[in-house]
Amino acid sequence: MYKAKIWVTLRQGILDPAGQAVQKGLHSQGFGGVRDVRMGKFMELVLDATSEREAAGLVRETCERLLVNPVMEDYTFTLEVHG
Amino acid sequence: MRFGVVVFPGSNCDIDCYHAAKEILGQPTDYVWHETSDLSSYDCIVLPGGFSYGDYLRPGAIARFAPAMQAVAEAAGRGKLVLGICNGFQILLEAGLLPGAMRRNDHLQFRCETRHLRLENNTTPFTHLGERGQILRLPIAHADGNYYIDELGLAELKRNNQIVLRYCDAEGQPTASANPNGALENIAGIVNRRGNVFGLMPHPERALENITGGTDGQLVWTSILKWWEGNHA
Repeated sequence: MYKAKIWVTLRQGILDPAGQAVQKGLHSQGFGGVRDVRMGKFMELVLDATSEREAAGLVRETCERLLVNPVMEDYTFTLEVHG
Repeated sequence: MRFGVVVFPGSNCDIDCYHAAKEILGQPTDYVWHETSDLSSYDCIVLPGGFSYGDYLRPGAIARFAPAMQAVAEAAGRGKLVLGICNGFQILLEAGLLPGAMRRNDHLQFRCETRHLRLENNTTPFTHLGERGQILRLPIAHADGNYYIDELGLAELKRNNQIVLRYCDAEGQPTASANPNGALENIAGIVNRRGNVFGLMPHPERALENITGGTDGQLVWTSILKWWEGNHA
């Protein structure tokens, strides 16, 4: 089995109001050096797969079919052997 | 004319939509559970507002895989009318039956208030009784109504006259301050290219009687019925 860690974020260039609100909050706490904040989602999937290649294929399929809306979101992921 | 109102787990405007079709229009209307896979007996299918599947992942993202949605896609392909209101609009976007996507409102707040809308397209089955430029007052109630589409998609919407409603001020100007959620170009409602699938964030089913604050929502419901009668007389 493999464990996938998936990060989903709004695509570059798409306004991220939650990220902006958090950045403003950080600035008001004195963290003026925080130049940008992007919010997103983090997901972990445990996958029945016998190879990293198969696991990566599964992750891409699940992302493209349900986990990510390609109109406005991007994703990245990592894989590690699990169990 | 027969209406089907699809009920998802978490729908909460289904009773209002049923009331609109059954009581205001006086047409045979059914609630249709989302696991139903045959919607062939309906002339108009309504996807009501609410929070299907708790808005988990993204609004509409899980509802789009319900068996009823396959049937909605088939009905749309046959030219039947599909009306998606609020969460129903979000589901249509996720299902790819309408172009674009919904982001969280730019101010991050849930907005529940009555808004002015300008009718941009009165040639659809859903709006043909109105006049172009007519100003409607309709309630909105959402946290994810910040419509987005890329530049190419926007150009195509305009080229095909698919923008039906825009948020505007009392004079009909689509200003930034009249935009309740940050939606691109104040877009509040669009149709597909064929014109038989309509998604909008405002709630026409909540504006049918003076006792609930106005009757401007009748335009949409009555247009649907008159359009159908005109094609089946």
